[in-house]
Amino acid sequence: MNQQPDHHPDQLVIRGLHVAVEGQEILKGVDLTIGRGEIHALMGPNGSGKSTLGYAIMGHPSYEVTAGTIELVAADGTRRDLLGMEPDERARAGVFLAFQRPMAIPGVRLADFLRHAVTNVRNPERKEGQELMPMKEFRSELKAKMSELSIDSDFARRYVNEGFSGGEMKRAEILQLAMLQPRFAILDETDSGLDADAVRLASQSIARIGGAGGDAASGADAMGILIITHHEQLLEHNVPHRTHVMLGGRIVESGGAELAAELHKRGYERIRAAYPDAAAAERAMEESTRNQEAAGV
Amino acid sequence: MSDKHTMTTAAQKSPAPIPASTGFDHPLLDRLLTGSSLPEWAVKLRRDAVDRLDTLSLPGRGEENWMRTDLRMFQPRAWVSAAERPATSGEAIPAGLLESATQGAAAVAGTVAFGGRIASLDGHVVRDELDPVLAGQGIVFGAPERILAEHGERFRSRWFSAVDGRADWFAAMHAAFHRAGAVLWVPAGVKLTTPLHVLSAITPGGLDTSHVLVVLEEGAEATVLTETVGGGESGSDGGFHCGATEIVVGRKASLRMVNLQNWSRGVWHFARQRAAVEAGGRLQWTLAALGSRLSQVQQDVALVGRGADAQVNGVMFTEARQQLVYNTLQHHMAPGCHSDLLYKGALQDRSRLVWRGMIKVDKAAQKTDGYQRNDTLMLSREARSDSIPGLEIEADDVRCTHGATSGRVDEEQIFYARARGLTADEAARLVVAGFFQQVFDRITIPPVREALSAAIGGRIRRVS
Repeated sequence: MNQQPDHHPDQLVIRGLHVAVEGQEILKGVDLTIGRGEIHALMGPNGSGKSTLGYAIMGHPSYEVTAGTIELVAADGTRRDLLGMEPDERARAGVFLAFQRPMAIPGVRLADFLRHAVTNVRNPERKEGQELMPMKEFRSELKAKMSELSIDSDFARRYVNEGFSGGEMKRAEILQLAMLQPRFAILDETDSGLDADAVRLASQSIARIGGAGGDAASGADAMGILIITHHEQLLEHNVPHRTHVMLGGRIVESGGAELAAELHKRGYERIRAAYPDAAAAERAMEESTRNQEAAGV
Repeated sequence: MSDKHTMTTAAQKSPAPIPASTGFDHPLLDRLLTGSSLPEWAVKLRRDAVDRLDTLSLPGRGEENWMRTDLRMFQPRAWVSAAERPATSGEAIPAGLLESATQGAAAVAGTVAFGGRIASLDGHVVRDELDPVLAGQGIVFGAPERILAEHGERFRSRWFSAVDGRADWFAAMHAAFHRAGAVLWVPAGVKLTTPLHVLSAITPGGLDTSHVLVVLEEGAEATVLTETVGGGESGSDGGFHCGATEIVVGRKASLRMVNLQNWSRGVWHFARQRAAVEAGGRLQWTLAALGSRLSQVQQDVALVGRGADAQVNGVMFTEARQQLVYNTLQHHMAPGCHSDLLYKGALQDRSRLVWRGMIKVDKAAQKTDGYQRNDTLMLSREARSDSIPGLEIEADDVRCTHGATSGRVDEEQIFYARARGLTADEAARLVVAGFFQQVFDRITIPPVREALSAAIGGRIRRVS
């Protein structure tokens, strides 16, 4: 890297974000600022809107932003409007989403998929049809990353997520994170479906890739990471600078690492009691979902 | 369907209508044979075929293999004058897709691309070459008119032995009026390592009736690539192909055959193709289709000797209003044979793709292992595919199975790829490439694989 260390990291800034899916509002005004080098934990009961936030940041076409802004703010104050970008433009701007349920692409080798992805993300101005990253260079980098992450070497030859176990899918997501080195990463339950050892490995891998948990946090390579999780273990090597609690489509409380620890121990009863409006919204959303299911929607 | 209904239909069919002359008649044949040095038996076959043609109408939609083929706009008479189209002088034939790819790969490897090449334009042979070293090994390869004149007796029993020249109007028309194509004969034990190439081209509005005969004697090996190019984009400027391919794979012989149909978008394509594989013989037969306005292909494989093996691959990409219809037959006639058919097609726009496959197992063909599979991928909501597998089994100790899938490109797959920085178009191309990967993995000729993959990739537009 020939860049100077950046003491004023870029920020991912979300303001007043409202998001609806098929006409139903899921996010009801989310404010969140993530700086590079920072780790944020996003917690909350199922259905509170955590994954929706991830999809909305990445630009999933089914998630309609009805109000609010998502911007990338550079150290010099330049702002880039993420909402005006296609999903692939967002990826090339340095945003990454590790999917809770990654999609299989049968017949496409993970290495070929990644070579396309890496080429585009590193050359945001690349036009379609222009040369991909040289095979030799790509392979040696991939090999190095895989060995760093203790991933089996035949993994890259397998088809993207095709027939992968839950654990393998999550490892493939982490490998992609490592290769793409985004500025901002949203990790949506990258620990779900993993056993304790696998979560520990994932936690270490993320810490290593993100340059977190140490002095590197202020370096130019450091990522801003939003970790969506129900478990404490993933945070073991990625101690959050901030913890946010989502309930009924809003972030109702933020705190430090101690908040994550409290929620793990005690659950969301205190939160629901302290924020009755959000708890009511949560119940309404649950009811609406149940009614839709009952109606066969 | 009730018996009563069937009887009514049969009654309506009879008496058969007297076919109107299509202009493909004896006088036309006489003019085309002027100055020909074909052996007498070959001329007689043609005259008999014209007699047969006079009794036939175009296949109707009441016939099982034709009920999904729309011939309403097809007028045989419109193509009679094309049969007498003179040789176009000074016109460069477009290079074939497989031809360029193979030459490219050979240039990189510093090897020879082809052991022999034949090319024709509007039925006129414009290239007819065989490496003298191969000729020295006894291999016969050349344009049919020359080969029959020079080696007539050797091919008398083979000529139209595998394909039926009387089956229907197109079969008879071909048997009477076929021109150019190729004959290959590989003597016992001779293993050809370089591929042979056969290119059949037409000018806009042209007619191609090429006939291909491949005979491998015991233990012989060869790779043959055939492809069709040219014609016009629409209407009377299109073109008409009425062709046939016959293949005999001898005992313990091994043939890799690739047929690429890459006509322009206005060409009518009718092809009848049949291979007979003898004991211990192996056939890898790949059909690829990118072009034509309408295609009707009959592809039959007969496993006639114990332990014969056939792998059949289909790669189809259709777009605009193309209609491609394939009828396949895997006929197990001897015990212990293996056949495995995999057809994969991707459909764009308002195109239509039909596959009707049959595995037929004769009573003698015990220990048969037969498989057929057809997968289609829809790239638009207006496209339509039909998969109709069938089994007809008379032996009792067999394993025959079939499968078919039809899917759409999944929006979630596209989003996943876009979230990793691929554009929507790149994502669609990758998903389609992945769909074809399974059949490409089976094609053991790398330049063919790559050429098809690139050609399909270039045709895919944003998924609608």
